[in-house]
Amino acid sequence: MATTSTPPRTTHAQSGRRHGPAPRPRTRLGRVNPGITILYVVAIAAALVWLVPLLWAIATSIKPEAETTLMPLRWLTASPTVEHYVAVIQRGELLRWILNSLVVSTLVTVLTLVLCVLAAYGFSKCEFPGRGWAFALVIGGILIPPQVVVVPQFVLMTQLNLVNTYWGVALPQVVMPMFVLIFKRFFDAIPRDYEDAARMDGAGHIRILLNVVLPLSRPIMAAVGIFAFIGAWNNFLWPLIVIQDPDVMTVPVGLATVSSDHGLQYAPSMAAAVIGALPLLIVFLLFQRQIVTGVAGAGIKG
Amino acid sequence: MTTLSKLSNRSNKHRGRASAGDVRESGRWAGPWFILPFVAFYVLFLIWPSLAMLGYSFTDRSLAGGPVSWVGIENWVEALGDPYMWRSLWITLLFTLLSVPPLVALGAALAILTDHARRLGWFLRMAFFAPFVLPVAVMTMIWTWLYQPGFGLINQYLQMMGLQEVEWLGNEGTVLIAIVIATVWWTVGFNFVLYLAALQGIPRETYEAAGIDGAGAWRKIRHITIPQLKRTTGLVTVLQVIASLRIFDQAYLMGGDFGGPNFASRTFIHYIYETGFVNFRLGLGSAMAWVLTITMVLVSVLLFRFFTRDGR
Repeated sequence: MATTSTPPRTTHAQSGRRHGPAPRPRTRLGRVNPGITILYVVAIAAALVWLVPLLWAIATSIKPEAETTLMPLRWLTASPTVEHYVAVIQRGELLRWILNSLVVSTLVTVLTLVLCVLAAYGFSKCEFPGRGWAFALVIGGILIPPQVVVVPQFVLMTQLNLVNTYWGVALPQVVMPMFVLIFKRFFDAIPRDYEDAARMDGAGHIRILLNVVLPLSRPIMAAVGIFAFIGAWNNFLWPLIVIQDPDVMTVPVGLATVSSDHGLQYAPSMAAAVIGALPLLIVFLLFQRQIVTGVAGAGIKG
Repeated sequence: MTTLSKLSNRSNKHRGRASAGDVRESGRWAGPWFILPFVAFYVLFLIWPSLAMLGYSFTDRSLAGGPVSWVGIENWVEALGDPYMWRSLWITLLFTLLSVPPLVALGAALAILTDHARRLGWFLRMAFFAPFVLPVAVMTMIWTWLYQPGFGLINQYLQMMGLQEVEWLGNEGTVLIAIVIATVWWTVGFNFVLYLAALQGIPRETYEAAGIDGAGAWRKIRHITIPQLKRTTGLVTVLQVIASLRIFDQAYLMGGDFGGPNFASRTFIHYIYETGFVNFRLGLGSAMAWVLTITMVLVSVLLFRFFTRDGR
């Protein structure tokens, strides 16, 4: 991609970080800077404080139940056990909810990306009468909080016979005007030379989108996709309303409604919490670099 | 809105100049086809429900079914005269006032810290962002356990420091604060990432120049970093206010079905949910939902005004 024109911002930010010169050295070799030491101590302390709730949940989940309320509380148990994890897995419902969440979130992510990319392309690269108006109307939707329209959405889903189905959970979540705005601003920044060159070769809109725009948009697609996925996975109110059948429940709803019926057993609850948190934690650990670089390129930094 | 349309105008103008006199051979009607799928979903799942909700608010529609009849402005009169609705609106606003400052300031502080402690980058990003990916029910289970009176970790540490034990979630005066603390822990990671991305955009040369002039780390942060982050702060604040006004999930799960002791953590969306889906009064719930929408549009417009005047 060696051209004279400036590439879109993301490629810029990314290449600067990966191949550019190493970050400026903080200290000269052999000299210990007290400021830097304090900085690192503060950073590590803050991170540890931030991790306490998660670590405490894990510590509790491997204690025998009798030890969870033993005062004074101890971080480490003398007899760690995985029995609570085994029990949660054997009960099966949590794995079922994880599977449901996976299906729903994948549906939402794929549909959201397709719809928003197409719309953003239309707004950014095509000219048609009424475009400004249509765009303003779509963006205005950012101001309508999805939580307040759950009442009529539920009535609509009842009429469409989609209550207690994956589609019923997923469909209302794919309307994200914010993502259209983000994609459009990104597409606007792609230099026209690129599409003009493709057009000279006889490419139509579909080929320009597939061969020019999308390859340049990978980082931002990854970032938006990850946020769409996290959002769908953790959505609570809508799935709470549209699902009553425990077999179709997503993780947050299942944990909140069914698990609380099992009484106050701290160690098993924490084991369930840890398992319920795992899938997205893994996704995050795999993609964490894309999240930051994607956001940096998305131009949602202001 | 002002900011958003300004942003799009700017890019439109730019493009308009570049493409002046250019007639697309692929046809004027390609654009509508590209936006059509999104618009179809948008109308079906957002616009139509909003309008339908306005219609419902003038009827006695019930979730239990039964004949629906027109009741005029009865629901609106009942909603606006309901002290519990106002109380839940106040609780929502209070939550917003309490949660936005720490969420914005801490997001910036943690990002600056991470940006400077480069060698710990991976570890710090994980620590501060990981809570954001927890499902809300997981987060509330963990925090309810931490807040537990008697054998909760937080109360144990309070007692070790010689302080009184606090019944965090069982007390009218502390329940909302407890929810704010848990929320800050849970969602600050999002703002943190936005700030981190913005920090990457500050040219390194600026710092180097300041370094040659003898500026220390603290002065660099005060005189370069924070001013450069001004626009990000505007954006993060607006997004955060909108997000905080939508508080429901964690308050509902931590405060319980009744919204905490003496309804002290019953948020507006909780009250709408209760009216519509627990008491089956969809008409009344719709009127209340419109009250919230109008409140949010007003607050958003005010904020956009404030930040567009301030930022340029």
